[in-house]
Amino acid sequence: MSMISIKNVSKWYGDFQVLTDCTTDVKKGEVVVVCGPSGSGKSTLIKTVNALEPFQKGDIIVDGTSVGDAKTDLPKLRSRVGMVFQHFELFPHLSITENLTIAQERVLGRSKDEAMQKGLHYLDRVGLKAHAHKFPGQLSGGQQQRVAIARALAMDPIAMLFDEPTSALDPEMVNEVLDVMVELAQEGMTMMCVTHEMGFARKVANRVIFMDRGSIVEDCAKEEFFGNIEARSERARQFLSKILQH
Amino acid sequence: MNYNWDWNVFFKSTGIGSEIYLDWFVSGLGWTIAVALVAWIVALGVGSVLGVMRTLPNKLLSGVATAYVELFRNVPLLVQLFIWYFMVPDYLPESAQVWFKQELNPATSAYISVVVCLALFTAARVCEQVRTGIQALPKGQSAAALAVGFTLPQMYRHVLLPQAFRIIIPPLTSEFLNIFKNSSVASLIGLMELLAQTKQTAEFTANMFEAFTLATLIYFVLNMSLMTFMSWVEKKVRIPGMMGGAK
Repeated sequence: MSMISIKNVSKWYGDFQVLTDCTTDVKKGEVVVVCGPSGSGKSTLIKTVNALEPFQKGDIIVDGTSVGDAKTDLPKLRSRVGMVFQHFELFPHLSITENLTIAQERVLGRSKDEAMQKGLHYLDRVGLKAHAHKFPGQLSGGQQQRVAIARALAMDPIAMLFDEPTSALDPEMVNEVLDVMVELAQEGMTMMCVTHEMGFARKVANRVIFMDRGSIVEDCAKEEFFGNIEARSERARQFLSKILQH
Repeated sequence: MNYNWDWNVFFKSTGIGSEIYLDWFVSGLGWTIAVALVAWIVALGVGSVLGVMRTLPNKLLSGVATAYVELFRNVPLLVQLFIWYFMVPDYLPESAQVWFKQELNPATSAYISVVVCLALFTAARVCEQVRTGIQALPKGQSAAALAVGFTLPQMYRHVLLPQAFRIIIPPLTSEFLNIFKNSSVASLIGLMELLAQTKQTAEFTANMFEAFTLATLIYFVLNMSLMTFMSWVEKKVRIPGMMGGAK
């Protein structure tokens, strides 16, 4: 069953085309890694899935709901899709517990107790229960990103979107975030991840999408993507040779 | 310079009952505060709404707010006051005109005019500060707010405004002080606030230097207290680990 279905999506900023006829599919429980050089449109593509970026052509269906349809209740759709950002984007004026509970209460209408219980459960899962009463500014980058993942999970999402979740982290903190993501993937969460962490892709991805200049150039199973490099496009080979060298 | 300073002048009788000149200053200060505080509350409310409007995706709403700011910032305050006090009442419906010009106590009608004038003038300035406060936040904050499912109003209420207002406390403080200083224009339409009482004392006693020295001191102490109060507020709402707050 297809959870996220991207159909012929194109997007322009004025005359400049940032996405060209992108089509792909993320099935329930599938982990798809999106990679590619900077400016290839991977972040833009993932943000079209929960309508943070509008698009002019094509459509995206998330669990049966059309993102492009003007009648779609976008806040409701977004509340069902978790998103993790490059720069964490915790709400800095709210404590960690408030970060975890505010959307559960205001968007899903859960009671204070229920939201708190759920929030603390996920905070514990990412190993940060001891920090519940701190503020985001008092945590390290890796800790903030783990809280951001817990915040998204507390909404009981049907799928999770990750937009370069480890790019802004100190090298030492990358693994603590990846560990959480690997666990999630192994538990069967539907995930779409923009990342350059090829180790992560090799470990848990089902499929790898490679983008260049706004188009999806490669979209194949992980084994095929990493195992059969000769069959990859010139651009993808170039990219891989550069990031896999060290 | 040959001038005989006489600081006892403030304790001399004005000739009206047992009133002394100091009482005039006290009453003037009362009006100054009444004008500035009420105008400030209105300015803060109207200015915040306009500031939010200027950041909305809706072109019409942001255009209206921009036009408002340009209009009220580019006309001198004194001209605006004269328009509100001398012109606008003439365009009111007949019954409202009679009420404003004849039934109301002249002090009250002057008070209403100056409060409306200062509030709307200052709202334009508050608007710009609220707008910059919102725009100074990382773009990702609104994306994150929308991503968790907040509607546009919820995004402003729970994510953008609480952060924006914290950032703009220092410039808002200076606007807050400005409204107290600007309230002195009321003396030109006959409202007996601090400056008007000062001028009157100077004329009645011929002790002009003492009168203006006292007025200067009162304005100074008033504004220093407000500033101290606002920096207390700023510390009070500071967030641990953010913007120089304690870790």
